[in-house]
Amino acid sequence: MSLLPPAIAVLGALGLAMAAMLVWASKAFHVESDPLVDALMELMPGANCGACGFPGCADFAEHVVAGDVSPEGCTSCDAETFEMIGELLGMDISTSDPLYPVILCQGGTNCKDRYDYIGADTCRAAILLAGTRKACSYGCIGLGDCVRACMFDAIEIADNGLPKIKKYNCKGCGACVTACPQQVLTIAKEHGPVYVVCASHDKPKYVKEVCEFGCIGCGICKKNCPEGAIKLVQKVAVIDQEKCTQCGTCIDVCPRDAIVKL
Amino acid sequence: MSEVLIPGFMPTEDLFPIFVNAMFTKNFLLIMFLGLCSYVGLTTNSDTSKGMSMAVTFVMTMSAILTWPIYHYLLSPASIIGKDLTFLRTICFILIIASFVQLVEFIIRKFSPPLYKSLGIYLPLIATNCAVLGVVLMNIQEGYTYGASIICAFAAGLGYSWVMLATAAVREKLIMRNVDLFSGFIGAFFAATMVALIVVSYFSVVKL
Repeated sequence: MSLLPPAIAVLGALGLAMAAMLVWASKAFHVESDPLVDALMELMPGANCGACGFPGCADFAEHVVAGDVSPEGCTSCDAETFEMIGELLGMDISTSDPLYPVILCQGGTNCKDRYDYIGADTCRAAILLAGTRKACSYGCIGLGDCVRACMFDAIEIADNGLPKIKKYNCKGCGACVTACPQQVLTIAKEHGPVYVVCASHDKPKYVKEVCEFGCIGCGICKKNCPEGAIKLVQKVAVIDQEKCTQCGTCIDVCPRDAIVKL
Repeated sequence: MSEVLIPGFMPTEDLFPIFVNAMFTKNFLLIMFLGLCSYVGLTTNSDTSKGMSMAVTFVMTMSAILTWPIYHYLLSPASIIGKDLTFLRTICFILIIASFVQLVEFIIRKFSPPLYKSLGIYLPLIATNCAVLGVVLMNIQEGYTYGASIICAFAAGLGYSWVMLATAAVREKLIMRNVDLFSGFIGAFFAATMVALIVVSYFSVVKL
């Protein structure tokens, strides 16, 4: 027991000395941080998804407070959050139509398989094997790289073999678009835009053979478009989103049901 | 009770074997398996592993400088108190290392924001790093002099650094191949195996 008093004394003294040093240091080396930045950080989702173009939410908040960028740059905030941020910063934030990913492929189970793929369960590995397992080498492979890339659990592979967006969870950050090795995903506004949902550049006859919905580059939509907004690029119709008035004529005339309005 | 003496300040040991031992043959990551959490967590890219290596080397050296006098002048039986308080060494060292890391964080944040941005996030991780505690405990156990213990800690930091960077280089390549199989912890252990094989086989041939 004779060790107890010196042990308590030594440890207590060391602890007190260190505590005193830290108290002094935190005063002496205090850094002023902007309370507005901290308040903004509290409001933002804090997902650090990087869709705004800054490394993290903290960096973005600093730039917003400094006035370099508009808070609208954050795609993860919902309308309610934007309202609170607007109140905090004393500015009016017009919330734009939310953005969601669109899958530019209607293949999935509608598109024939060329072989049974057994291997690493990712799209990136699968495209290395003789094109892809799908007969259409441009379409969605459906092994779910986008599902794994999503930070918000907003994508799943549905029964038809294609990714399905759970809009309630989706923040429109675009991580899935970057992850897709086939580049059949794109980001679009929720309502309005008309898209040709096929990416195949194969010969029309082959497209007809393997896929129920593929664009065969017939050009009927191009001829019927009143705005001249549709072009044929390498056997696939492409809609110029700036010219398109979303009249829906092309959707009606497409013999392959390859054009949809979101 | 045998007489315990305080080792001197100036190194009397042969420093070269101590240096090479700490850096290679008794490497903290690959041979002693200390500090593996930061090893697996931060070797996914070479920038973060560079930051972590610098921070660990710095903190290891500084904690050797701080803990050696504390142990020999307060805790050891030959100290000024004259009681055998060596059982307090772990808690004392943790206390000192953690407070020191906190202090360094304050100072860096005040005087060098760029350095704080690149290093600051790693410093709190080090406060609980077993490799740092491991090196100061090893210094005590081996009975090194002050100079030798600092050299040993610095070399251990360098050993930690080179393994971190080598593994990060391997893992970066594996991740770039875009094969999911090698991107997670499997990749980390795969890379660690390759680097460890190199070290072990090399130093089983070259005897020091």
